[in-house]
Amino acid sequence: MSLVDIQAISKSYGSLPVLKDVSLGVAKGEVVAVIGRSGSGKSTLLRCINGLEPIQAGTITVDGVRVNDPKTDLRKLRQEVGIVFQSFNLFPHLSVCENITLAPRVVRKQSPDAAREVAREVLHRVGLEEKLDAYPSQLSGGQQQRVAIARSLAMRPKVMLFDEVTSALDPELTGEVLKVLEAVAQEGMTMILVTHEMGFARRFGSRVVFMHEGRIHEEGQAAAVLAAPKTPELQTFLSAVLH
Amino acid sequence: MIRTFSYIDVMYLVAAARWTLALTATAFCGSALLGLVLAIARISPIAPLRWLVAAYIYVVQGTPLLVWLFVIFFGLPLLGVSVNPWLAAAIAFSVYGSAFLGEIWRGALISIARTQWEAGASLGLSMSQQLRYIIIPQSVRIAIPPTVGFLVQLIKNTSLAATIGLVELTREGQLTAAGTYMPFAVFTTVACIYFAMCFPLTQWSRSLERKLDVAR
Repeated sequence: MSLVDIQAISKSYGSLPVLKDVSLGVAKGEVVAVIGRSGSGKSTLLRCINGLEPIQAGTITVDGVRVNDPKTDLRKLRQEVGIVFQSFNLFPHLSVCENITLAPRVVRKQSPDAAREVAREVLHRVGLEEKLDAYPSQLSGGQQQRVAIARSLAMRPKVMLFDEVTSALDPELTGEVLKVLEAVAQEGMTMILVTHEMGFARRFGSRVVFMHEGRIHEEGQAAAVLAAPKTPELQTFLSAVLH
Repeated sequence: MIRTFSYIDVMYLVAAARWTLALTATAFCGSALLGLVLAIARISPIAPLRWLVAAYIYVVQGTPLLVWLFVIFFGLPLLGVSVNPWLAAAIAFSVYGSAFLGEIWRGALISIARTQWEAGASLGLSMSQQLRYIIIPQSVRIAIPPTVGFLVQLIKNTSLAATIGLVELTREGQLTAAGTYMPFAVFTTVACIYFAMCFPLTQWSRSLERKLDVAR
């Protein structure tokens, strides 16, 4: 059974439909890259998975728990589903350590010492151990994004969502973030990434999903889909992003 | 008996300023407690609560403070509730102040980017945890300068309490003027004492604003 199971969901903002009858299953340990033009609904799809956006039809389940059910405790669900945003969204008034330990302490009731240990460990995984007591404003964009990934990892989620995590970075800073993503993928984390990094999608994606006008237009094994796109829309899209 | 306006009268005025400060402090605490509740209610997801609080704020902001003082001090006893001038002033100023502080603080709260709420929610924090750990700490910086500015208004407005017989700085000035027939000298002194209380706060508010601009 899929860890994340999306069944025929539809969503619109007012009268504007953004997702039309989208279905997608993601198995444990899979790395799924969602690609497509801006406005194709890929970020919205991601935000629906942790309940940040409500849906109007269909069902989403994560590890057997229905997201779009009023009875579901979204707070509990969100502890299992990490999300990293394009604009990092670190808490600027808190140090790196406090950013990472806030949820473990407040939500999971960990002791400050235990939480700090977890912070050290996840920062080590993103290669920023020495920044434990720095503030977000003292870090580069790439470092901030790595802290955001560490903050998400500290909750030990079952699945992680990445919403264009390198798009707000200068080109020379994307590499360090991609390296962290690779490491997380190799540890066996289930990941769904909305991305424009085709190289990353090819090398580490088990699957690529191409979204077009609110629908999944084409999907399949990553390297195959990217090497030989079947639909003209994906061909056009790929030739646009690769040049 | 007519006496002259002397050093000892000035000292009486300065002593009466204590009550101005005491009333300001009481009113500020009442305004702050109620104002915080109003500010949070104004951004709550429960629509009827938002409307109710908005109505309260519009009514209070759209009516003179002096009228509130009269309603509470002269009106409530007719309903069988006796209030002394202190209590009446404390209530009236708290009601008045809460409507203004509530709006100032609501502005500070909504100035924090939506994405900060989302980041907190995505980590499993409840709405109140997001407010307490993420939103309020960041909005305090933004709220301090206008809050200090409001405090200056409050100090000056406490002079209205003189109308219900509370002997604070202005009322003491009226009494002194009546005894000495030297209203110009007396009220100039009163004005100077108010200024001495307000000016440092105004300067503090300015410097806080400058610091905030630099930090941005």
